[in-house]
Amino acid sequence: MSDTTILNREDMVTAKNSVSVLFAGDSGDGMQLTGTQFANTVAVYGSDLNTFPNFPSEIRPPAGTVAGVSGFQLQFGTSSVYTPGAKFDVMIAMNAAALKANLANLHHGGIIITDTDGFDAKNLKLSGYGEENNPLRDGTLKDYTVFEIPVVSLTRTALAETGLSTKNIDRCKNMFVLGVLYWLYSLPLETTIKTLKTKFAKKLDLAEANIKAVTAGYNFGDETEMFSQHGRFSVAPADKKPGLYRRVTGNEASAIGLAAAAKKAGLNLFLGSYPITPATEILQTLAGLKKWGVKTFQAEDEIAGVLSSIGAAYGGALAATNTSGPGLALKSEGLGLAVILEIPLVIINVMRGGPSTGLPTKPEQSDLLMAMYGRHGDAPMPVIAAKSPVDCFYAAYEAAKIAVEYMTPVLCLTDGYLALSSEPMLVPSPDELASITPVFSPARKADDPPYLPYKRDDRAVRPWAKPGTPGLEHRIGGLEKQHETGNVSHDPANHELMTKLRAEKVARVADIIPDLTIDNGPENGDVLVLGWGSTYGAIKKAVEQALEGGCSVAHAHLRYINPFPKNLGEVMGHYKKVLIPENNCGQLLSMIRDKFLIEPVGFSKVQGLPFNEMEIEAKITDILKEL
Amino acid sequence: MTDTLAQLTAKDFTSNQEPKWCPGCGDFAVLQQLKNAMADLGLKTEEVVVVSGIGCSSRLPYYIATYGVHGIHGRALAMASGLKTARPELSVWVGTGDGDALSIGGNHYIHTVRRNLDLNVILFNNEIYGLTKGQYSPTSKVGLRTVTSPNGVVDHPINTAALTLGAGGTFFARVMDRDGKIMREIFKRAAEHKGTSLVEIYQNCPIFNDGAFEPFTDKDRKADTTLYLEQGKPLVFGKNNDKGIRLDGFTPVIVDLGDSSVSQDDLWIHDEKDFIKANMLARFFDDPDASEDFLPRPFGIFYVEDRYTYESALSAQIEKAQENGEGTLEELLAGSNTWTIG
Repeated sequence: MSDTTILNREDMVTAKNSVSVLFAGDSGDGMQLTGTQFANTVAVYGSDLNTFPNFPSEIRPPAGTVAGVSGFQLQFGTSSVYTPGAKFDVMIAMNAAALKANLANLHHGGIIITDTDGFDAKNLKLSGYGEENNPLRDGTLKDYTVFEIPVVSLTRTALAETGLSTKNIDRCKNMFVLGVLYWLYSLPLETTIKTLKTKFAKKLDLAEANIKAVTAGYNFGDETEMFSQHGRFSVAPADKKPGLYRRVTGNEASAIGLAAAAKKAGLNLFLGSYPITPATEILQTLAGLKKWGVKTFQAEDEIAGVLSSIGAAYGGALAATNTSGPGLALKSEGLGLAVILEIPLVIINVMRGGPSTGLPTKPEQSDLLMAMYGRHGDAPMPVIAAKSPVDCFYAAYEAAKIAVEYMTPVLCLTDGYLALSSEPMLVPSPDELASITPVFSPARKADDPPYLPYKRDDRAVRPWAKPGTPGLEHRIGGLEKQHETGNVSHDPANHELMTKLRAEKVARVADIIPDLTIDNGPENGDVLVLGWGSTYGAIKKAVEQALEGGCSVAHAHLRYINPFPKNLGEVMGHYKKVLIPENNCGQLLSMIRDKFLIEPVGFSKVQGLPFNEMEIEAKITDILKEL
Repeated sequence: MTDTLAQLTAKDFTSNQEPKWCPGCGDFAVLQQLKNAMADLGLKTEEVVVVSGIGCSSRLPYYIATYGVHGIHGRALAMASGLKTARPELSVWVGTGDGDALSIGGNHYIHTVRRNLDLNVILFNNEIYGLTKGQYSPTSKVGLRTVTSPNGVVDHPINTAALTLGAGGTFFARVMDRDGKIMREIFKRAAEHKGTSLVEIYQNCPIFNDGAFEPFTDKDRKADTTLYLEQGKPLVFGKNNDKGIRLDGFTPVIVDLGDSSVSQDDLWIHDEKDFIKANMLARFFDDPDASEDFLPRPFGIFYVEDRYTYESALSAQIEKAQENGEGTLEELLAGSNTWTIG
């Protein structure tokens, strides 16, 4: 391959620890695909990475406008990468609108690679800069390093002899840019070439054209004088645990977690679901897992989504439903039924900005109190939260384990940020996954004593009776049930007993969950940053930096929100102050205050955006000053 | 607990819970015929699940010695759909009422019917909300005075037959609560039908809507107000079977069979496979009290269509996906695109 010779050229190469890149262009420019290719290449190369797509909420917004800009952000690095980067180091702007929409998030002095063909009069006008105000000419970008490349023209020249139509040639311009970026970051072309060959296996001319374009981009980097002043960069592979890796988004990971739990438990998975942003990919992923026996039921509404799952759970399946805030509200009556029926059910709620339709495509952590208390009656259920895209797998898996082994609905919280972000996942071997043991009552004979569907074991857990099993015929429902027999009972003392038993069962889940550990920092100190959910990456970085700066600060992250780990109070007691950053107005804060009668410091951000590490680090510094 | 060899009797399907319906309620008759039909069908108690929503009739599962789930208001069909999809081999029956199925659960009704899961749905229609003490329901007649319609109902009532056929239903039958023998046979036909079988029972509520169906049960009037459908038989009714229905183009007309110019051969012959005619029968929905000029109300099986069931089609897709073997946990965890480090 010609790459070998290209790589031989001596260039000035600057080593970087991590780089955050944004690919931005029009919705039709293939930025998601380009970003994904770059992500796959750095992953295979051995970097750690984290990606986040940023696309318009409209499906086909007007081309060339700011509303139509689609972006794909990723950060890759030599050490662990927890976020796609608060700001980017490099921005690819395929047109004027892409530049306008994203310039504010580029680091001061950052690199801009533009397609100058996307800055013609028409694009300037549509972008809102105006035909007379070309930002490439008027000094707007004087604080940045700008590489102006006539991408469309160069792609056309490179592919002139392919015989393809101009339209098809122009579609390869994203590959040209990708090639330039591979050169700039000293990355190999192999992964992308391999993917293109597979993707266009039946359209060899297109495969060849795309490969030509990416190679031409690479060669352009090599030959042009444009970069000579800055040279190339390289990011050494990360020191990752050896093994087999795949890249997953949070939603894919949630879906695979459920399917894996069903396999491990020897149960069939049933998902009753209704499409809702940003949770739909869980339904989509599971609908494609028929080879694993997964049954998905796209219900007529959110209510039927949860009720069909309850029916399937009664039938002995591992049943789940997934949704986002508005859907969780609609499911709440059904969840109360699942609580009183005491059947296993997993609810994955992918949180988004609320209330009401709110910010459907933007993340928030504002459903925590609804997850905890959003049902009528005293209706507690375990609540757990995922902290990263990969962790969505383990959270969903663990939710299923608790549901099945404690005969209870379990609410698993993720959010729109985790749902769409991706990162490499070390593929676990089946043996590494915790066992999941459903306990079905065995068949009974005619002379056995009557079956007692609500006779509890020493953990207050009732048995699971699968229809079809002789001798276990029983009738249960939403009406209060008599202790042990499960018959309808309006007896006042029985209702109080059953209410307490249901709560006790959920509280006893604390017996099997691990103690809260300190993720980073000293076991005793000035400030504990207590997080939950998708704030993990930002807190992790912030605490790392604060520790480097000599601060007495530690980070602990809550997976289990109901019940809390048994040692939570003790851990918090080892610090002078507890800081709780949340993408809501202080929901975990009020739970902690309520349960432990302490006064933690809350830190809210409700902008439809995740925290960045600088914000949290600044807050830590503020608190330390006041101590 | 059942002996798997002997055919069970209705008594074997009787649970140890005493029904708590009002004396004289039409629900008792339905319960009895349902147990009779289950025994006739040779079902075993462990293979049957009775699912219900909320309302007087939704207490049904407690009184049958099979598996049963009493759910929440309006959602019986959604719950039954999940159960049947997960466990196609079970015999799943749904007890629901006019408020449960057609008001709060209306959305689930139309979608369950079109999906055609193999469910047997018994819709107890008493044209009133009984459990909440007498408010009008979506099937109440216009003008009915109730606690929430002191000046008379103004809502136009739902026509269950037309709704079911309009939603793509594959089995619709109507039965009067006091017609025990017919009900038993229709329940069996419903069970044998592969698809969502909808049986609407006109069920008298003696407390809050007594006599709602009197125009069709009064011994002096019923011969002229009701039409009993029988497969392959002409549409004949009247005190001495002296009236028939003939189609004049697309218009059903009542003809006098005593008239020598009218022959039995001219009459509409009932064909439960005929979708167009079933839709016309569904529109025989006149109120005999409202005018002298009315078509009789049909009872019996309106329509039966053979169509694939949802769960069988889904299971077939899974079988196809697994034709070269079921996916393993290793394959699931790795996915299709991996790389190795170290």
